[in-house]
Amino acid sequence: MDSPLPPRMDRRLALKWILAAGAGAALASPLRLRAQAAATAGPATPAGTGYGTDPVLTKPYKPGDFWPLTLSEGQRRDVAAFCDIIIPAEGEYPSASAVGVVDFVDEWVSAPYPDNVRDRPPIIDGLAWVDQAARQRFGAAFADARPEQRLALVEELAPLAPEGTPLAAPSQFFRRLRNLVSAGYFTTPPGMKDLGYVGNRPSATFDGPPPELIAKLGLADEVKW
Amino acid sequence: MAILTPATASDEYDVIVVGSGAAGGQTAYTLTMDGARVLMLEAGRNYDPRTETPMFQTSGAAPLRGAGNPGKPFGYYDATIDGGWQVPGEPYTNASTERGREFKWWRARMLGGRTNHWGRISLRNGPYDFKPYSRDGLGFDWPIGYDDVAPYYDKVEMLIGVYGTNEGLENTPNSPAGILLPPPKARIGELLARQRGRQLGIPVIPCHRAVLTRALDHRTLPARLHPGNPRAQRILAEDLQSRAACFFATPCGRGCAIRANYQSTTVHLPPALATGNLDIVANAMAREVTVDAAGKADGVIFIDRTTRREHRVRARVVVLAAGACESVRLLLNSQSARFPQGLANSSGLVGKYIMDTVGAGWGAHVPALEGYPAYNEDGVGGDHVYAPWWLYPEQKAGKLGFARGYHVEFTTGRSEPGAGSVYAEDAGNRTSYGLALKRESRRRYGADVFFVGRGEMIPNDDSFCELDPAVKDKWGIPVLRFHWKFSEHEIRQAAHMQRTFADWLEAMGATEVRRPDPDGRQAIEPGGSIIHEVGGTIMGASRAKSVTNAWSQTWDVPNLFVADGGVFASNADKNPTLTIMALAWRMSDRILAELKRGNL
Repeated sequence: MDSPLPPRMDRRLALKWILAAGAGAALASPLRLRAQAAATAGPATPAGTGYGTDPVLTKPYKPGDFWPLTLSEGQRRDVAAFCDIIIPAEGEYPSASAVGVVDFVDEWVSAPYPDNVRDRPPIIDGLAWVDQAARQRFGAAFADARPEQRLALVEELAPLAPEGTPLAAPSQFFRRLRNLVSAGYFTTPPGMKDLGYVGNRPSATFDGPPPELIAKLGLADEVKW
Repeated sequence: MAILTPATASDEYDVIVVGSGAAGGQTAYTLTMDGARVLMLEAGRNYDPRTETPMFQTSGAAPLRGAGNPGKPFGYYDATIDGGWQVPGEPYTNASTERGREFKWWRARMLGGRTNHWGRISLRNGPYDFKPYSRDGLGFDWPIGYDDVAPYYDKVEMLIGVYGTNEGLENTPNSPAGILLPPPKARIGELLARQRGRQLGIPVIPCHRAVLTRALDHRTLPARLHPGNPRAQRILAEDLQSRAACFFATPCGRGCAIRANYQSTTVHLPPALATGNLDIVANAMAREVTVDAAGKADGVIFIDRTTRREHRVRARVVVLAAGACESVRLLLNSQSARFPQGLANSSGLVGKYIMDTVGAGWGAHVPALEGYPAYNEDGVGGDHVYAPWWLYPEQKAGKLGFARGYHVEFTTGRSEPGAGSVYAEDAGNRTSYGLALKRESRRRYGADVFFVGRGEMIPNDDSFCELDPAVKDKWGIPVLRFHWKFSEHEIRQAAHMQRTFADWLEAMGATEVRRPDPDGRQAIEPGGSIIHEVGGTIMGASRAKSVTNAWSQTWDVPNLFVADGGVFASNADKNPTLTIMALAWRMSDRILAELKRGNL
């Protein structure tokens, strides 16, 4: 039997990997910043074994139901500040922090699975680096710095820095956090609407692409079999 | 519903069927509709898709946005229960940990097995696919040909419902008129792939998938499928009326509560149970097939997973439908004084010639598909179109460097966002964020195209499984040890896939298409990844060179049959499930006839 659906998601992940090879692959490499980060990071090893192999799929779920959320209040405030920079409010669309993405990030780094355990140290360490940098420069935690100060720090992290340079790990942290916040937001109802996903609705017919789109791309001859 | 506990199973069965997936489901259906009394043993738990399927739940409402993990490799909402490439407490081993020498064994422990989550791609093997040795001198011919199986492809397609068209392409058989359901319209990315594929000589045609694009005809199909059997006709007619057509939402991999696609639990088992002739014991982990003094199979010993107690059930015929490798394991664990190397293994070939499908993929971003107006692209939740293998003449002329073909499946369009959904451009390796990120995401969403090749693997002496001499599972049953090696045919084929896909993406106007590594070893997915494992009890024309005969009947034990992919003597690029069902139906007809003649 073929890779079942949703391989759509899997293939997309694979595509991301291919597109990002080089930049993305580096995310898997262990980041070691300051040992002090562990002191504020909650349990070093996330608790529990996950939801197992037979969860009740029709039951409503919220972060924290299967394993405890482990970020500290300070870390969550920093993540919220990042959320508002990465996905700010725009017109009718709320910011990422307003639609539960902080909980998602916390859920993600607190989960016991291999991907999550791998992502936890760079994110915890990255938050510690950002906080330390903010305190040194602005005398306040990242979340408490002024908006333009926060932006200045983020601007520093935006270019992916080469391996072996001081900003390599912090800039990779920002890329990883950006990816989590982006996925967290675009999987919410407003995020899906913002993106233009209009599926998941039952319909008596499947009508295919709009005729004007087919014409625009010069594909009118392709619709007949 | 005759879902039983071991204590309530009677001792009065004609046939025991081990396994409840495509092979077990089809076998139970065919046998019970014709009056045989069947006991089905399923290693996993009972499962009811009508009440357990998460229809319409979004990734945003799932743990970790639905991301997969070792316990749920295809994500939270995937239908698989207690399954994956690792099943806790039920290990397998590999003889070598060298790269390229490992095999990954997928299992599911649930009623209906992996049919609950499969991709529903239902392609017929063509005439070449049953006689590959005769064409190129590699591998083995089957003892049967396309014409032997064609009537059963017809029946299975009518029963489960398959959409598609008849294009008359080489080794890509047509179905008789009126059998296929109408294909769904192609998505915009699929249309673009079709147009640009033509420039490369690649034909893109409607896929064949087991999804009801309209309701099946309950007035005509029962009489065509069960002529002269009014009771079966009535049961099927009633059942077909409770299968709804696809409503073009929620992915098939979760299973389908409205029974609009094929899974054993929604298509085969309900009518089989309605006959009153089928009993099912779930949580029944089969350990061995027992034999009587005359050397005939007389039953199965299983372990009740809930109590860990051992039980024995008896019948006149035993059918193994546990999945190719699990059926091998059962045979090898059924050792006796009479059969010291395991049951049905006088040839020494039980476990030999395990094959998977060759897999490799390549993707890129296609700017031509950016920013189109929003429309619902869920469709039937999988491929609407595909490309069958198109280079038969070049291959026969020896121009390709590998002997067998592949077909192409591809993913395009605006599927539901999930945990990996990042649409950023990140130009110049700068992590974009803020309103720029949102703009980029809206523009780029749905404009990624990913092709995967699904190719034929030739059976070889280095790919097989045997009992591990030391390791046992948590039930105390010896486990399988795998040996694996792809030949240069598969490795070159995988490289050809990636090269072709990169060319195709460029023809679609993709920018910055990375060129694949010319070494196919970098491209090919590890053995077992595609979850098309077949072989191990291959059928053949002689008892020295095969485990089963042309009827899927073991040479050594006449009342012991193998219904799953184990009997495949080759593994065409076509996804195996439809062929498994066709062969199981054909085998079941043979069992019924032989029971009536008193030969079993």
